[in-house]
Amino acid sequence: MNQIQIQNLSKDYLDVKALKKININIAKGSLFGILGPNGAGKTTLLRTIATLISPDEGTIKINNIDVMKEPRKIRELIGYVAQEIALDKILTGRELLDFQADLYHIDQSNKLERIELLINQLDMQNWIDRKCGTYSGGMKRRIDLAAGLLHLPKVLILDEPTVGLDIESRNIIWELLNDLKKDGMTIILSSHYLDEIDKLADTVVIINDGKIIDQGKPTELKNKFGGDRIILKVREFSDSLESEKVKKILEKIDGISQIVINASQGYSLNFIADRDKDLITKLKVELAFSKFKIFSLSQSQPSLDDVYLQATGKTLQDAELYMTGKRDLKKESKQSMR
Amino acid sequence: MEIQQYNFIFLYQETTALTKRLFIQLKRRPSTFFAGILQPIIWLFLFGALFANAPKDFLPGVDSYGNFLGAGLIVFTAFSGALNSGLPLMFDREFGFLNRLLVAPLASRLSIVLSSFFYITILSFVQSLAIMFISFLLGYGFPDLYGLGVVFATLILLVLFVTSISLCLAFVLPGHIELIALIFVVNLPLLFASTALAPISFMPTWLGWFASFNPLTFAIEPIRIAYSSNFNLDLIALNAPYGDLTCRDCISLLFLLTILSLVIIRPLLNKKLT
Repeated sequence: MNQIQIQNLSKDYLDVKALKKININIAKGSLFGILGPNGAGKTTLLRTIATLISPDEGTIKINNIDVMKEPRKIRELIGYVAQEIALDKILTGRELLDFQADLYHIDQSNKLERIELLINQLDMQNWIDRKCGTYSGGMKRRIDLAAGLLHLPKVLILDEPTVGLDIESRNIIWELLNDLKKDGMTIILSSHYLDEIDKLADTVVIINDGKIIDQGKPTELKNKFGGDRIILKVREFSDSLESEKVKKILEKIDGISQIVINASQGYSLNFIADRDKDLITKLKVELAFSKFKIFSLSQSQPSLDDVYLQATGKTLQDAELYMTGKRDLKKESKQSMR
Repeated sequence: MEIQQYNFIFLYQETTALTKRLFIQLKRRPSTFFAGILQPIIWLFLFGALFANAPKDFLPGVDSYGNFLGAGLIVFTAFSGALNSGLPLMFDREFGFLNRLLVAPLASRLSIVLSSFFYITILSFVQSLAIMFISFLLGYGFPDLYGLGVVFATLILLVLFVTSISLCLAFVLPGHIELIALIFVVNLPLLFASTALAPISFMPTWLGWFASFNPLTFAIEPIRIAYSSNFNLDLIALNAPYGDLTCRDCISLLFLLTILSLVIIRPLLNKKLT
């Protein structure tokens, strides 16, 4: 049963189309992953679900309640943990949780119990009474997560919760998310970490440039390729002309499909090869016949990155680098201010 | 989780939480609070000394310049505090903490405004009492209970008026630097262009006209009269170029300005807080 329905969701900022006709259904009790590079539209999508942004077009319904028409009801249902951790550094962690509990109108008798439970669950006993301004990144993220969970939301929205975290904090958060999922909470998790989404998500949507590239169960998406991922280089730094020639050779070989030239990785050729033990030998022979040597060849199970690569011609990491140079973070920060 | 059902209780709970947060911040960083008391006291002391040898009938209705100045400094303290009330909100906007409030199911987002108002009002009262007490020790008198009521009623109106404008600016301006710059530009000129430091009769015509429309003047004059032994609301408080105003007139004008400012900023707050 779908708990969250997003239909034709679009949002423009001044000169950027952040979301373009997004359609998503999220099942109750599932962990839904949103994968995409920085600037793909993940945060805008999550902020819209969390009632912080009004879309230009489209609808979002949670438990059949329209987010735009009844935002207060939605706010009771959701817990939102933003990408930027905004804590009051003068308050202690415990005071912050107490403050948060009052904003969610949790009654006094339940408040202390909930706070204590979350302090134990997220292993915060040793530092909860210190001022938030003294916390490390991992501590800040844990207290922020605890604040989002205080009122036992039906839907938990997490925007890149593990960015820049140490392994211990990341593991604690992953464990907690698994426990919450077992308890029936619906979780929406955005990330640009492939392993995180692959490991945690029941369903994943991959977005790029405000559009959905693909969605489904991670295994289904990876199995769509029906073979192994091969990355081939004929020289360490090839060029467009050479890689096009190699591509033409590969296209003629049965069992090779979905060939993409990855310019940002020295014009390597990325393709899917049937799991046929003779195919690689055949490939080597064909290349040798055309006087191409193999500089490197790697074979692996397809990953979610391959789904992304197949659709965009770039790996997720390359897209990250590209977007980092392109984004004006100061301008985006001003735009996100109310 | 059982969520209580009544909006009023919710509004009370969230407003109390928001106000408590501001007081925790004040408790842990009290320097601005003490500076807010110290600065007017220094002014009182220095200006009192500056005009110590002025002729007895130098100012109408008061024995010394210190007596005259007290009301202006009380209002200035409340005014400065209220003018700065938008800063915590601006920082919450800039650092994303406001989103924590906006994503919560607040019974009314009016609680964000109310908490700022309660905080600044209590702060101004405490600071004003401290100034009044110290000026009493310096021999500048103390209002009776009735007068004290008028002092606080006037301060509430002024704080509400200025706080609403400051909160509005905190949403309109792009960042805290701009807000602080505006506070710098507005704060002292408005004080000097009021009757805080000198009566209208001392001013050139143009400044007299300006001062007689300055909301600070409408707050200062009733408080100044509240210090007199025969205080009543119908005493003439201000000899404005356009006519005499009683204490009641001044407070009524301040009340009207406050209502007007709340009506004007409401659509903006609604837009920013929905």
